[in-house]
Amino acid sequence: MQTANVNRLTPYMFMAPAVIVMAVALLYPIGYMIYASFLDWNPSQRIGEAEFVGLRNYINLLGDASFRESFWVTLKFAAVVVTLEMCLGVGLALLLDRNIRGMSLLRTLFILPMMIAPIVVGLMWRYMYHPTVGIFNQTLKGLGFEPIPWLSDGDWAFASVVIADVWQWTPFIFILSLAALQSLPRSAMEAARIDGATGWQQIIYIKLPLMMPVLIVTALLRLIDAFKVLEVILVLTNGGPGLSTEILSLRISRTASEFRELGEAAAMSNYLLILLLILTFGMFLYNKAIEARAARLRRAAQEET
Amino acid sequence: MMSAQSYDKQNPAFYALLVALVVMAVGPIFMMLTTSLKLNVDIMSDSSSLLFMPTIRNYETALCDFLWYEAAHVDYCDKTFGRALVNSLIISLVSTVITLVIGCMAAYALVRFRFMGRDTVSLSTLAMRMVPPAVLLVPVFGIWTFQFQIDGTRAGIILVYVAMNLPFVIWILQSFIIQVPIQLEEAARMDGAGPFQVFFLVVLPLIKPGLAAAAIFTFRVAWNEFLLANALADRNSRTVPVTIVNSMTEFDIDWGVIMATGMLLAIPPIIFTFVASRQIITGMTAGAVKG
Repeated sequence: MQTANVNRLTPYMFMAPAVIVMAVALLYPIGYMIYASFLDWNPSQRIGEAEFVGLRNYINLLGDASFRESFWVTLKFAAVVVTLEMCLGVGLALLLDRNIRGMSLLRTLFILPMMIAPIVVGLMWRYMYHPTVGIFNQTLKGLGFEPIPWLSDGDWAFASVVIADVWQWTPFIFILSLAALQSLPRSAMEAARIDGATGWQQIIYIKLPLMMPVLIVTALLRLIDAFKVLEVILVLTNGGPGLSTEILSLRISRTASEFRELGEAAAMSNYLLILLLILTFGMFLYNKAIEARAARLRRAAQEET
Repeated sequence: MMSAQSYDKQNPAFYALLVALVVMAVGPIFMMLTTSLKLNVDIMSDSSSLLFMPTIRNYETALCDFLWYEAAHVDYCDKTFGRALVNSLIISLVSTVITLVIGCMAAYALVRFRFMGRDTVSLSTLAMRMVPPAVLLVPVFGIWTFQFQIDGTRAGIILVYVAMNLPFVIWILQSFIIQVPIQLEEAARMDGAGPFQVFFLVVLPLIKPGLAAAAIFTFRVAWNEFLLANALADRNSRTVPVTIVNSMTEFDIDWGVIMATGMLLAIPPIIFTFVASRQIITGMTAGAVKG
């Protein structure tokens, strides 16, 4: 009897610590944030003293031109970065999917940028973008070109931030696509070769379609992470010049710490969360639709034979 | 095995591309290293060449309170960085250990006791992964300060990191635990082992690679995180990323010293990468490729 009881409780005992920690430090804060977004609250107040203002924070934000600008910058950043990284990463994977010596060392070196702290990545790039001592402008000067205002001009600053992110995260796509490529069924590729498909045809008709499920998940993961990028931009430009690189995460942190508007920051966090939810859910549905279609095609093919 | 394997011959352009890629990937890191070994005169001089006298002065300045000798050029020892390094180490190590223990138990329960479907776990992991740290900033600051009153303590920071990392760790570990043959556990149970003994003596040793991957990822997040540490830490519990950002002002950055601190922050992840790149790649691909 005693042992039966213990056995029935075991799973709960194994689960309990994780559930408690996540409930206390993850779910509770998120709920708290949703509540706080309806308050006019500054950091020196207890939350109970803050005034309940209903949807005012949300409405104010919608009317706030700089918030809309931030929102736009965030979307633009995520879209540009994910597109560039997917193209480069998948391209490199297709190119380097060969049986060569030192591949594992190469992969190890490629992981480095991802493992290093974003703060440090920002630091390195800020040094390289430095108007006078940075390597880029020194090289340009050495070649007789005009120096580029990497971080002090709005458009260039955006480009600089994108370049740094592409440097840091393209390897992620590369490694995932390479793993996907190497797990493709050899038979399909061999059949294509025997049928006389050229390299390009193999890539477009065999490799890419077969990799598609992995590529979609990869793009989704990267997209989610692109909305989290903060430290690199904080160190590089701190959102400036103007609002040209001020992504939402950065604006949230500044609204909370500099402008001391916790309620507004919480409302902003909610907008960001809603945006991410929509994106994730959309991708998820798309993925399911693709899977369903593939299953249907498979069934159709089976019925034919 | 490696030597027996034959490699395809590639044309020289391909190797040129490889070299270019490696230079691009490692170049910025190498540049940080060289800058950290330069004196400020060398950094600011127009000819940025590789020809300079390497010096460890910047490291001496950063780590002055750990030196067993008196560095002549350090007039005033700023202990901020040394203290932050200790904080970072404690916080990352403790949160990694706690996350692994708790996460491992939860993953095991999810797999073996069929709590929820695998889909539910994957989906909730994805949902949790979706939450940007910036979103946690306001509530965590509020709750930690006013309700738990653990702001400014290492424990407070550790708690956030554990919670942040748990979903991912559970997800990764359950994909490893699924591969442990149930017969092994049944055999152990026949021999009279209790559920906890089965877990610690049979399952844990078998999923070491998964544990290594999870440990590295958790440690990396805790070691590198800035935003929440910045909001929660006070003078005595600041971590290295926070001190680095604090020492960057708009103008007049002491590049040599700051690069040295950046290098010190980067060294542990770099070491992990070289020691355990296989586990890292496993951890990275486990989610996306295996699904």
